[in-house]
Amino acid sequence: MRLKIPANFRIVRLPCTGKVDIIHILRAFEKGVDGAFVVGCMEGDCHYNEGNFRARKRVEQAKVILDKVGVGGERVKMFNLSSGEGPLFAQYAIEMDNKIKELGPSPIRLAKQKKAKTAA
Amino acid sequence: MIIAKKKPIEEIIGEVENYDRLLILGCNECVTVCEAGGKKEVEILASALRMNFMAKGKEKVIDEKTLERQCDHEYLEEIRANIDKYDAIVSLACGVGVQFAAEKYQTMPLIPGVNTVCLGANEDRGLWTERCQACGSCILARTGGICPVSRCAKRVMNGPCGGSTKGKCEISKDVDCAWQLIVDRLKALNKMDDYEIVAPIKDWSTDRAGGPRKVTREDVKI
Repeated sequence: MRLKIPANFRIVRLPCTGKVDIIHILRAFEKGVDGAFVVGCMEGDCHYNEGNFRARKRVEQAKVILDKVGVGGERVKMFNLSSGEGPLFAQYAIEMDNKIKELGPSPIRLAKQKKAKTAA
Repeated sequence: MIIAKKKPIEEIIGEVENYDRLLILGCNECVTVCEAGGKKEVEILASALRMNFMAKGKEKVIDEKTLERQCDHEYLEEIRANIDKYDAIVSLACGVGVQFAAEKYQTMPLIPGVNTVCLGANEDRGLWTERCQACGSCILARTGGICPVSRCAKRVMNGPCGGSTKGKCEISKDVDCAWQLIVDRLKALNKMDDYEIVAPIKDWSTDRAGGPRKVTREDVKI
């Protein structure tokens, strides 16, 4: 397909989105990511029946926590698509990339950069 | 088991704002099972607190530890060697654990991270319901294994009362009438004769009304 997608994100592969836990999302933000998105199978099409539903709930919980701690819940989002939908994956990646660019860097990243600068 | 509920993060943030070195202390028992204060919840809270303070530009130490139990001397002793490294402890144990830790470490501020709710059962995934109020003198043998003390809003001993409608309690349509459940169970057990026995006046001195309770067992003391 050779579709163009933003080059500024990294893919973490999982056997199923049901493996995603709140702490995985939080840790990514703690390390300084500006945004994260979880891409699961279509709802109702999970090989393990409810993995993607679990993931959605956890993403929602992570959103609430990120909002409360001042990072911003809108920086994390869940998408659903089937494995045959490459173009849709590219579209979601671009959509997320634009959204995060709009939001700017995460306050955690800024704090880390500031700390590194003062240390240097 | 003891059922607890996570406190809102903003409440905990408010409580710990003035401390620079924190230990988030989880408990591996009941609060782990009811997903309020186990290792996982410790990780999430610690991460959330770290991010919150980082975003505010504050430098704080937030460490994590989960003990086997916080209501036992031997496990609480595990943190004694490192206790001086912290200004305060956020305990995700039930009220018992928080208090026991506070008694043990007199000069250490203890902040509860959960609200202790009741003694209950894991009825369904994500649903915990009250089953016992630790009244100190169990009458379950007479009531078909269903407790009117914890499950009847009025703690009626010879029910149901007039507020029972279609098996539900008058306080809410979502609450089963304990006495309806008792009657149903006694019928299933073919023990409806027990229902006819008028319950004697319950001795509430074993309940909280008699002050804080204790159990002393000379036979197991060393």
